[in-house]
Amino acid sequence: MDFVSGLRCRECGRTYPAEALHVCDFCFGPLEVTYDYERVAATISRERIESGPRSIWRYADLLPVRDAAPVDLGAGFTPLVRADRLAAELGLGELWIKDDTANPTGSFKDRVVSVALTKARQLGFKVAACASTGNLANSVAAHAARAGMDSVVLIPHDLEKAKVTMTSVYGGRVFAVQGSYDDVNRLCAELTSEQPEWAFVNVNVRTYYAEGSKTLAFEVAEQLGWQAPDHVVVPIGSGSQLTKVAKGFAELYTVGLLDEEPSVRVSGAQAAGCSPVATAFAEGTDVIRPVKPDTIAKSLAIGNPADGWYALDTIRRSGGACAAVTDAEVLDGIRLLARTEGIFAETAGGVTIATLAKLAAEGVIRSDERVVAMITGHGLKTVEALADVVGPTATIAPTLDSFAEAMAADAASTLRSSL
Amino acid sequence: MIKVRIPAQLRTLTGGVGEVPMEGATVGEVLKGLDAAHAGFAERIFDADGGLRRFVNVFLDEEDVRFLDGLGTPVTDGQTLSIVPAVAGG
Ligand SMILES: Cc1ncc(COP(=O)(O)O)c(C=O)c1O
Ligand SMILES: [Zn+2]
Repeated sequence: MDFVSGLRCRECGRTYPAEALHVCDFCFGPLEVTYDYERVAATISRERIESGPRSIWRYADLLPVRDAAPVDLGAGFTPLVRADRLAAELGLGELWIKDDTANPTGSFKDRVVSVALTKARQLGFKVAACASTGNLANSVAAHAARAGMDSVVLIPHDLEKAKVTMTSVYGGRVFAVQGSYDDVNRLCAELTSEQPEWAFVNVNVRTYYAEGSKTLAFEVAEQLGWQAPDHVVVPIGSGSQLTKVAKGFAELYTVGLLDEEPSVRVSGAQAAGCSPVATAFAEGTDVIRPVKPDTIAKSLAIGNPADGWYALDTIRRSGGACAAVTDAEVLDGIRLLARTEGIFAETAGGVTIATLAKLAAEGVIRSDERVVAMITGHGLKTVEALADVVGPTATIAPTLDSFAEAMAADAASTLRSSL
Repeated sequence: MIKVRIPAQLRTLTGGVGEVPMEGATVGEVLKGLDAAHAGFAERIFDADGGLRRFVNVFLDEEDVRFLDGLGTPVTDGQTLSIVPAVAGG
């Protein structure tokens, strides 16, 4: 038994049964899962969670589906790493990295997909589908294979090679669409009307899918000894993850797992080449103007973000900020994280670190705050982005002389660049 | 003739039909014509000020009309107008 009481429109409040619905029939607003928190509170406890599986499913009481054998590759319960060297470089105090590169397919999308397909299977769907900027594609293809479901994945044609290979290897159908992610997304939104028997994880079962991102907040709080941080930095594509991270912290308090009411500042990170939310934040408006993305952070290249408005609202209410960083800053961010903490992130992680650096430099993120940065995808997925900026120190002959010569040359150039 | 594609959520208004032929010179005219032919469209897709609701996307062929002239965007014979819920993706 789960504790879901139904679905509710975020805009007009109309309620619906917990079926494969994602949009309010009346106003087209997004539907949100509602829970019977009193019943959750009566059941859930820190001990119950701590004795659960080392995956997102330890938080099943606060997820929209319960299943004795969920569609599961082991998503979640990723490391929360104290990042003192990075903090020192940025002039911050207590900084943590939530290392979601450690998920089964290398991104936080495994959280949302495990939830979405578990629910989809219960609802009777046999086919898993999605529109994806890459990471979701990897995860849907993998989890569908795990569940013995067919998969149909649609991606923009110009994704990074690793993401295309990693999607195709699982044997499902993969369509590379000649267009941007927003084109793919529109196509899939139209397809759900024609193929209602397919579970598009981020369209017709999006309501359930989105809830999976709450587990990022649950884990962070548990890993901090059942305390919420003061500030989190979250990358924004559609804006879903950011809004659900905020919801996650609030829910923990609602059901009695946190002693103090959390007041977490939530800040958003975008790439300058696709920054509709950061732009609206900077301009102080409520209107998210769609853009045509142009950035190396392809996983975040959503020009018309479905939850952009809610992400903006969450950021403002929480006292956070939203900033955008250039592609060059993204590459610097990837290298900074790798060099200081030994974590290799994809471009979305570069966006997060560069935004963290920027907001720290501006004094928006303060050194007296306990800060968590969400690093949501693995660097091996986007190696192309780094092709021109990292590589071997030197290519040498297999001789001691050649090695000594190259070492000396490198030492000299290191010395020159440090002068 | 303009082909208007109707999402599943609004097909109760068209008797289950997913594609409706309409006439009109602009996106706004076509959508108002749709409401005249199948009562109920206007209150579902327009907000109180007569603009498109926040969570309704309208595409002329493949382009979001917000990148064009919005409801004032001219339409010509043979084009397709798609009404698509905005809440998707990510
Ligand atoms: C690695 C990574 N981080 C963050 C995001 C953004 O998540 P959301 O679309 O929920 O804002 C995505 C995908 O969209 C992603 O692939
Ligand atoms: Zn509604």
